[in-house]
Amino acid sequence: MLLLIPLLPFVGFLLNASFGRRLSKAAAGAVACAAMAGSFAVSLAAVWSLLAKAPEARVVTQTFFSWIASGDFSVAFALLLDPLASVMILIITGIGTLIHIYSTAYMHEESDSEFARYFSYLNLFAAFMLVLVLGSNFLVMFVGWEGVGLCSYLLIGFWYQKKSAADAGKKAFIVNRIGDVGFVLGVLLIFVRFGTLDFQEIGRSLAPLAPEMAFGTISVITLLLFIGATGKSAQIPLFVWLPDAMEGPTPVSALIHAATMVTAGVYMIGRNALLFGHAPRTLAIVAIVGIATALMAGTIGLVQNDIKRVLAYSTVSQLGYMFLAMGVGAFGAGIFHLYTHAFFKALLFLGSGAVIHALGGEQDLRRMGGLKNDLPITYWTFLIGSLAIAGVPGLAGFFSKDEILFRTFAGGHVLLWTVGLLTSLLTAIYMFRVVFLAFHGPSYTHAAPEHPAPQHPAPGTHLHDAPPAMAIALIVLAIGSVFAGYAGLSGRFERFLEPSFTVVQDAGGLQAQPTPEPASDAGLETGLMAVSSVVAIAGIGIAMFFFLRKREAADRVARQFGGLHRVLEHKYYVDEIYDAALVQPIHIVSEEGLWKTVDVRVIDGAVNGVADAVRGGSETLRRLQTGSVRAYAASLFLGVVTVLGYYLWR
Amino acid sequence: MPTLNHYLLLSAVLFAIGTAGVFVRRNLITILLSIEIMLNAVNLTFVAFGRAMGSADGQIIVFFVMTVAAAEAAIGLAIVIALFRHRESLNPDMFTQLKW
Repeated sequence: MLLLIPLLPFVGFLLNASFGRRLSKAAAGAVACAAMAGSFAVSLAAVWSLLAKAPEARVVTQTFFSWIASGDFSVAFALLLDPLASVMILIITGIGTLIHIYSTAYMHEESDSEFARYFSYLNLFAAFMLVLVLGSNFLVMFVGWEGVGLCSYLLIGFWYQKKSAADAGKKAFIVNRIGDVGFVLGVLLIFVRFGTLDFQEIGRSLAPLAPEMAFGTISVITLLLFIGATGKSAQIPLFVWLPDAMEGPTPVSALIHAATMVTAGVYMIGRNALLFGHAPRTLAIVAIVGIATALMAGTIGLVQNDIKRVLAYSTVSQLGYMFLAMGVGAFGAGIFHLYTHAFFKALLFLGSGAVIHALGGEQDLRRMGGLKNDLPITYWTFLIGSLAIAGVPGLAGFFSKDEILFRTFAGGHVLLWTVGLLTSLLTAIYMFRVVFLAFHGPSYTHAAPEHPAPQHPAPGTHLHDAPPAMAIALIVLAIGSVFAGYAGLSGRFERFLEPSFTVVQDAGGLQAQPTPEPASDAGLETGLMAVSSVVAIAGIGIAMFFFLRKREAADRVARQFGGLHRVLEHKYYVDEIYDAALVQPIHIVSEEGLWKTVDVRVIDGAVNGVADAVRGGSETLRRLQTGSVRAYAASLFLGVVTVLGYYLWR
Repeated sequence: MPTLNHYLLLSAVLFAIGTAGVFVRRNLITILLSIEIMLNAVNLTFVAFGRAMGSADGQIIVFFVMTVAAAEAAIGLAIVIALFRHRESLNPDMFTQLKW
C-alpha cells in the first residue's frame, strides 16, 4: 500500500506528460488533483493503520525488490512508514492537494499544453517528494532528493522564455548540486563506516556507541550530510537560490519552496536523529548556522519590496529556526515547526499569489495598497497567516516557535535563545509590513493616474477576489494555520514522533535511548511563552507604527541608516560576493585557462600538431611516387637483389 | 661436353640482358620482349637442373611458365595497344600520371 502513495502522483505525471497536449484544462487539472487527492486518501489510511498500533511498534517497512547487490553492498528498494514519515506524507499530500486545486485557477491563463506541462511537473514533484520521505535507506532517499531538485528546476524555469526565470532555475540547480556533493560524500562515508545505507540498521549499529565528543568519523559524516541540507533547505552559505526561485509560478513557491521540498534538509536530519545525536560538534554547527540564517534572512526580509521575496526570506528564516531546533537536539520541536510552517507559509504564498493574480502580475509592494476591501477573502486569510507566523498566541506558529525557543533556553543556549527571540520580533515586523503595505493604506490602483502602470487594470476597475478554487485552498489553509498548533499541546506531537528518533529493536521494542529530557519547568515555559508573545505583539505594533501610521517615519529611519539600509536591500551583497569570489574566478579560469590555454593550445594543439606533422612528412615522402613504372620496377629489382645478396653472402 | 655450370652461366647472361632491356629500352614492346627473355632464362635454369638431377619436374614447371607467359604476353600487348590508342606513343616515360 505504501507504494501507492508516490505511485499515484507518478501516474498523474505520466498521464499529463503523455496526453496533456490533447487534454482540456479541466481534464488535465482533474487528473492531477485526483492523483494528489487519491494519494492523500491512501496516506490517511496508512497513517490510520499506523496509529492503531502501540507507539513502540509504529514502523512499517515494505521491501519491493533488491535494487543493487554488489559484493558487500546491497540496497533494497524499500519504503518505511513511521511517525516522522507519516507527518511528512500528510503534509505533502494534504497541502499538495490544496495547492493543486489552487493552481487550476491560478494557471488558467496558460495555454492547454502549458497547463498540462505545469501539472505534470507538479505531480512528478509530489511523487519524488514522497519517495524522499518514505525511502527506508539513503539511496532511495537520494532518488527523491535529486528528483525534487529536478522538478524544482523545471518549475522555477516554467516560464522559460523569461531569461530571469531560466537563470533562476539554473542557479537553484547548480547551488543544489554543490550541496549534493556533500550529501553524496556523506552517504559514501556512511557505507564505509557502517556497511549499510539502511536508516534502521545504521541506528541499530549506533545505539551501543557513546556520542562522539571529539571530531571523528561520525562528525564528518553528519557535517557532510548537513552541507547537503544547507543546499536543499537554503541555509547559509547556500541560501542564495531560494529568493531567486520566486521567479516560478506562485503555487510552486508555496508547495516546493515553502511547504515541502525546502524542508527536506530538516527532515533528513530528523530521520537521522541518532546519527546527528552522536555528533554533538555537528549539532552545535547546525544550531549556529540555523540561527545565523534565521537572523540574516529576517533582516533582509525587512527591506525587500517584492512581496514574494519577503516571503522567500521569511521561509529561509523559518527554516533557520527548524535547524536551530535540530541543532539543540529538539528534533520533535523542529519537525513540529516544519508541520505548522507548512500551513501558514503555504497560506501566505497562496495569498500573495491571489494578490498578484488580482493585480495582473504586479509583485511590488510599493505599487499595492488598500486591497483590504477589494480582496476580503485574501485579506483575512493572509492576516491569519501573518498572525500565525508572527507567533501570536493561539495560532499555529506560536506553539511551534515557542517550543523551539523553550527547548533552546532549557538546553542552556541563552545566546541562541536571545537571537531567536530577536528574529521572532523581525518576523512579526516584516510580515506585518507586507500586510500593511499591501492591504491597508492608500489604494495605489485608485491613485494610478500619477504613476501610469500599464499592466494594471484601469483605475477604478473592480479587482476580483480569489476565484472559488483559490478561495477554498486559502480558507482550508487558514483554518489549518489556526488549529494545527493544537496538535502539539502538552508535547503530544513530540511524543508521537519520539519513536522515529530512537532505535527500534528487532522485536519491535524500544531501545531505551536517553534523550535529554528538558526540565519540564511549567513556570519557566509559561514565562518564556509570555516573553515571546510580548515580542510578537511588539513586532506587530512596530510594523503598525511605521507602515500604517507614519510611513514617512519609516523612510526617515531608512535614510538615517542609509548604509545599513543599502546593505540590507542588497541582501548583504552575498550574491555579489559569491559572484566576485567564486563565479568570476571560475569564469576567468575557465575562459582564459581552460578554454583559451588548455583546450585551444594544449588539446587542439596536440591534435592539430599530429595532423600537421603527418601532412608535412607525407609532403616529402610522396615525391617517391613518381608514376614512372620503370622506376618502380627498378626499386623492386634492387630490393630483390639486396635481399638475395644478404642471404647469399651472409 | 657442356656441364650444368655452362647452362647456368648462359641463363644468368640471358637474365641480365633481359633486365637491362627492361630498364634501358624506351619502347614498351621491346620491354615486353625483354621480360620474355628473362622468363626464358629462368626456364633454361629449370630444364638444366631437371636434366642434371635426372627428374622431369623441371620440364613440367617450364610448361606452366610458358602458359603463364603466353597469357601475360596477350594481356601485356592488349594494354600496350590500349595505351598507344590513348597517347599515340609507346614510350613508358610518357605514362607517369599515376602519382601524387
